[in-house]
Amino acid sequence: MEAIDMDRLKTGEVNLGTSIMAVQFEGGVVLGADSRTTTGSYIANRVTDKLTYVHDRIYCCRSGSSADTQAVADVVHMALQQFTQASGGPPSVHVAATLFESICYSNKDALSAGIIVAGWDKEAGPSVYNIPLGGGIFRQPWAIGGSGSTYVYGYCDATYKEGWGRDETVQFVKNTLALAMARDGSSGGVIRIAVITEDSVERLFVPGNELPTFWEGLEVLGKPAKQPAVVPMAVEPL
Amino acid sequence: MTSIGTGYDLSASTYSPDGRIFQIEYANKAVDNSGTAIGLRVKDGVVLAVEKLVHSKLLMPGANRRIQAIDRHIGLASSGLLADGRHLANRARDEAANYRDNYREPAPLKALADRLSLYVQAYTLYSSVRPFGCSTIIGGVDKDGPSIYVIEPSGVFYGRQLAKTELEKLKLSELTTREAVFEAARIIHLVHDDAKEKEFELELSWLGDETNGRHVPVPKDLFEEADRKAREALENFE
Repeated sequence: MEAIDMDRLKTGEVNLGTSIMAVQFEGGVVLGADSRTTTGSYIANRVTDKLTYVHDRIYCCRSGSSADTQAVADVVHMALQQFTQASGGPPSVHVAATLFESICYSNKDALSAGIIVAGWDKEAGPSVYNIPLGGGIFRQPWAIGGSGSTYVYGYCDATYKEGWGRDETVQFVKNTLALAMARDGSSGGVIRIAVITEDSVERLFVPGNELPTFWEGLEVLGKPAKQPAVVPMAVEPL
Repeated sequence: MTSIGTGYDLSASTYSPDGRIFQIEYANKAVDNSGTAIGLRVKDGVVLAVEKLVHSKLLMPGANRRIQAIDRHIGLASSGLLADGRHLANRARDEAANYRDNYREPAPLKALADRLSLYVQAYTLYSSVRPFGCSTIIGGVDKDGPSIYVIEPSGVFYGRQLAKTELEKLKLSELTTREAVFEAARIIHLVHDDAKEKEFELELSWLGDETNGRHVPVPKDLFEEADRKAREALENFE
């Protein structure tokens, strides 16, 4: 098989140069995403919703080509409806993630899709599955993805703790995404969040002017440089 | 037999004027002529037992097994035409493997019974085939716990604890798998008619907590103990 071509977006193809994440907590999962969709340097949509419904308690975060990930999410959405009819009950997050994975793997040469699947089910409770570029399925307590994620791996490793409640988890997602969006030129706009628990799916929104802020740099060049005090030349004794 | 000579029993795709399909009724006759198969669903597992009639003294013990493995967590016992039972078991294996491929998890028993019964039902539709001459019990432990289903030649299936007078006396929900092995052996010995029928061989398999959810033959020492106790119980009964 040929090596994966990372620059396989066609010229003009709409890209989700993205920051996405999902984190599980005691009673559910929190999914989050930025809202920027680009064609090259042009922002095609600044208020995109990258958190996509696939079943009542299962959502996915999409990164990569918008067209590819929308098409894959549509196929999985349909497969899960069929599954629900055939089995007489809602599918598990594992089943949904497996469907995503098999599509991403068997079409790896044609697709550009990095997907995080998360939700709540009766068997496992809350769960998060990461499905990276060429396929593969990985259950994780938290997952980040998209071009912006590379800037915040260290932040997540250093910050994430087990045993958080809903509010702490939501705050973690907001902070991580704000940091990623600040560093990554292909991410930005607003933060969209979904909190999935057994009883509900709650959608949250953080406008672009209310993003959490962190250290934003200091002006160094504009300030007059401090002149060092002149020290008379010392004469070394012979 | 009102059906003979009328012509309505020549094909499974023809109704009689009073709405019966005689080929299906004949298939049930093939089941009646065969040895008894029972399945017990108890609190922590499932026990399958078969009264295998031995048609020839030349057959080695253990030949022509009527209990077969479908997947690691599913067993199948058939009564009726053995060859039909084996064909159905092969189909069941394909279906179980197919489910595993699609969803990366062991098939729930209900899904398997559903698909298998559709297959059996298809054989009641066409003039070129005959209905299955076997009644099939599938038993297994899945994510919802232990369960058994019976699939009949018509293609209908029931989830149940087999209702026979002896079985109705048992409190299945309080029984352990180990206790159920003894009950199953006793019932098979009890229903065997010495005067009418030939020799028979007892077949026993189980799965549940004792076997770590795996469908396996009952171990030799337990089998022999159950067989011996069943014979003793029979002598006291008579």
